[in-house]
Amino acid sequence: MKKLLAMLMALVMVLSFAACGETPEEPSDPEAPVEPGETEATGSVYWLNFKPESDEVLKELAAKYTAETGVEVKIETAASGTYNETLTAEMDKSEAPTIFVVGNQAAVDTWGDYCLDLTGTAIEAELNTDAYKLYDADGKLCSIGYCYECYGIIVNNALLNEAGHDVSEITNFETLKAVVEDITARSEELGFGAFTSNAMDSSSSWRYTGHMINLEYYYEYVDDNAAWANGTAAAPTLTGAYMDNFKNLYDLAVVNSIVDRKELANGGFDAQAEFAEGKAVFYVQGSWEAGGLEGKGMDLSTLSMIPYYCGVEGEEKAGLNCGTENYWAINGDASEEDIQATIDFMVWLVTDPEASEAAVGTFGVMPYKSAAVSTNPFLAQANAYLGDGCYNMAWITNFQPNVDAYRATAVNALNAYNADPTDANWATVVTAFIDGWAVQYQAVNG
Amino acid sequence: MKRSHDSAAVNSDMIRKPIQRWAPLFLVPMVAAFLIGFVWPFFHGLFLSFCKFKTTSKWEWVGLLNYEKALADESFIYSFGFTAVFAIVSLVLINVFAFAVAYALTQKIKGANLFRTVFFMPNLIGGIVLGYIWSMIFDGFLGYYQTSILMDKEWGFWGLIILTCWQQIGYMMIIYIAGLQAVPEDMLEAAKIDGANGWQTLFKVTIPNVMPSITICTFLSLTNGFKLFDQNIALTGGYPYIINPDGTSVHTTEMLALNIYNTFYVGANTRGVAQAKAVLFFILVATLAIAQLTATRKKEVQQ
Repeated sequence: MKKLLAMLMALVMVLSFAACGETPEEPSDPEAPVEPGETEATGSVYWLNFKPESDEVLKELAAKYTAETGVEVKIETAASGTYNETLTAEMDKSEAPTIFVVGNQAAVDTWGDYCLDLTGTAIEAELNTDAYKLYDADGKLCSIGYCYECYGIIVNNALLNEAGHDVSEITNFETLKAVVEDITARSEELGFGAFTSNAMDSSSSWRYTGHMINLEYYYEYVDDNAAWANGTAAAPTLTGAYMDNFKNLYDLAVVNSIVDRKELANGGFDAQAEFAEGKAVFYVQGSWEAGGLEGKGMDLSTLSMIPYYCGVEGEEKAGLNCGTENYWAINGDASEEDIQATIDFMVWLVTDPEASEAAVGTFGVMPYKSAAVSTNPFLAQANAYLGDGCYNMAWITNFQPNVDAYRATAVNALNAYNADPTDANWATVVTAFIDGWAVQYQAVNG
Repeated sequence: MKRSHDSAAVNSDMIRKPIQRWAPLFLVPMVAAFLIGFVWPFFHGLFLSFCKFKTTSKWEWVGLLNYEKALADESFIYSFGFTAVFAIVSLVLINVFAFAVAYALTQKIKGANLFRTVFFMPNLIGGIVLGYIWSMIFDGFLGYYQTSILMDKEWGFWGLIILTCWQQIGYMMIIYIAGLQAVPEDMLEAAKIDGANGWQTLFKVTIPNVMPSITICTFLSLTNGFKLFDQNIALTGGYPYIINPDGTSVHTTEMLALNIYNTFYVGANTRGVAQAKAVLFFILVATLAIAQLTATRKKEVQQ
């Protein structure tokens, strides 16, 4: 018996040695030259991508670039809603991202130290506008927009016409309200309602706490743009002067929705599907939704997007909310070769006809001189509004301090308000958005 | 029988010498993993709690400032209170139920093995998944009344308790079953002969004999209660908030670990504070665990 045991142990030992010997089996030498002959390819590019929906296209583009130039391009995509966490971990590695996204003032505050000053770089020279540049407190150009988007209220014109209305009727809050309430009143006869669901779970609440609330910030900004350093920094406090206007539009959307407002806190609704299936005429969303709606079989030519009409004087001249959270920053701590390789890659992406076409396909519009022309119908419409002399409602929302906590507080207040829409509960919503701004501003900057 | 000097015996020199000589080879990977995965991050984290930092490789020494801020943070104190209540309630409920189930399943009832397996199974599911599954269950029920678990602090608290009990009772049950099976039959028989009734046997014989199991189970459920994170973030995420008139808010179901996590991501200046909170959190849990271990150990009996 003991002999057997000893033999067994010996066997185990031998096996474990064998197992040990097998593990260091990675033969690939990271120092190996990419291809003989292409000697200049010294730097490499690592892009920590922010948009999960663009992951596939970017990886194809990266492979194409590597095939053409021999420069290694790595694309990693953070899971939806975890960019900040992923970036924190990745920036600590010895091979940190060379391109990352610094998309709003909060991100500039956090990551500004790590950003290369983009002033005078080849990629900055390709920009066709100064509208999408983020600076830190010392005036360093931390990041530049690589695409922009617009949001507002998407309208299904086919259904609207079926209800006996036309989008041209809607020019301000009064007219919007009249149309919406008429549709709601006749919804049983029509077979569809006015607004899709306005769920407040994390997959959808940003449409209100991030986007619709922008109308409040924007009009405050117009009234007093010195408080916002002419649009370069967050105001430390808000006045809340336009919260009633936000309430106008929010209530309109929630009351006239196909889903009862009391059910919104739970979430679990699919507004995109509701809209694509023709259950509702209006959908609070943005230009990035075009691909998704087309994928669900909608004819984009029957859709249009209208501005956030909310009862502000002169809003007949309002346009869509154009802006972006998609800003490129280059890691200033990367080696010079990597920085050079990164800038070369970015320039290629916005100048090469084929590459920029693919990139614009996934990003919408890229504000660069030689980039391909966008085919997104909503962005075309945003430009049409501007062409008619309407004002663009800039994304002041990008200045939200400590954005996740700020929005979570607002969601809580809106949940309580939806459960019991009293004036007292609305007062809490105002507190969450307005006083909450000052609190979070202090938490970040204090 | 003659004692043989079998050179192949496990304790013979032939076998023991090489084992002694080669032991480091087997120990090194494990020790290295422990150093890399635990000791180094622990001390690095301790160090960072005295620093202002954004990534762990770029830091600036600030001394005790982070600790001052952490202790001055009302939300931290609130979460501590909430967590303490949660830990105590879950400790009691988990152990009472786990012991009861274990006791029932050692009474030679039909299908006991099947029940054991089934009760143990929830423990195999990860906390995040469980949190989302239970939020659907709770909201499916509360949705009928057009409300949600996110709307009321009490629901959030009891929701977390139900979830934690559901997950952990099976695990503690296994430990209790092992303990109960080790209670000597002759002692039970002696108690029976002496005329002890069921309750007397339970409290005077069985429980003193399973004290080691009780020690380990209370230790585990207490520390689990304090460390709870996944279930918290997935089920309630700290909702509902109480929004004060000055714009600050209290996250009514936010436990310590989630509070630390949220602090970390507030902004560039708060990561050190979160780290300091984490160190305080460690000291707290370690102290409690040690205190509880010594207290229950004293009650253990030698068989």
